[in-house]
Amino acid sequence: MKAEGCLRRKGLQSLLLVGVAWPWLNGRFAHAQGMSSGRRISFEDMVQPIVKGAKLVQRDIKIEAPILADNGSLVPVQVQVQSPMSEQDHVTHIYLLSQRNPVTQMAMFQLGPWNGRADVTTRVRLAGTQDLVALARLSNGEFRYNQMEIIVTESACVDAS
Amino acid sequence: MNMARVQWPDNVRAGEVVKVRMLIQHPMDTGYLQDFTGKLVPRNVIRLLTCMLGDQEVFRVEPSSGISAQPFFEFYVRSTATAEFKMEWTDDKGAKGQHLQIFKVT
Repeated sequence: MKAEGCLRRKGLQSLLLVGVAWPWLNGRFAHAQGMSSGRRISFEDMVQPIVKGAKLVQRDIKIEAPILADNGSLVPVQVQVQSPMSEQDHVTHIYLLSQRNPVTQMAMFQLGPWNGRADVTTRVRLAGTQDLVALARLSNGEFRYNQMEIIVTESACVDAS
Repeated sequence: MNMARVQWPDNVRAGEVVKVRMLIQHPMDTGYLQDFTGKLVPRNVIRLLTCMLGDQEVFRVEPSSGISAQPFFEFYVRSTATAEFKMEWTDDKGAKGQHLQIFKVT
């Protein structure tokens, strides 16, 4: 009697496991078909849709982000641009670009001289280890950028929940 | 229901540059992930978020699916006078949110 009960419990347990895992397994396959991420695009492909051939220099931007992000769904990123933020010389836009996400432009911020400091912080999703580019457009039409590699142990695009 | 929280330091003096922190309750569904039955969850992200301080628009964000759920933003603003801080956002479903708070300058 006791052995039989034990057997039934085992059976129920495995049934439950299959039940729980099934949509997840299904989802995995469907998911792999529907996404074009995983491919790293070149720096030019990342910035040129925004820069459109204007002057672009790597200076005056500091990116604060973890070098190793455990969870790609939530990576804190701070972008600081050295700028006097005066009427004549200020940052008008800050772009956060990802090399590997299905959507390259993660966010666009609009700033002005009323901000006093060109410094924004947000939390982004990253689909795997990649370079993150912060691009700033100045009031004279020039662009500044900086990039940073972030190692992501768990991509933002894997869980089915 | 309160969907957003906005925070800045106490005792803001005129002319000071203060840090404003914003947190919004929003799922930011990317459109790439499934629910537990394996169905794709349609994309629903905040498309536009604006912050007005009095009549001046001080901050504007156009997020995409690359911003994490429960989006958090931080920016700086130069205080001039006591004014109403108004934050507004719109998402893919067309749902609009608003948060009002008095920005007090002493």
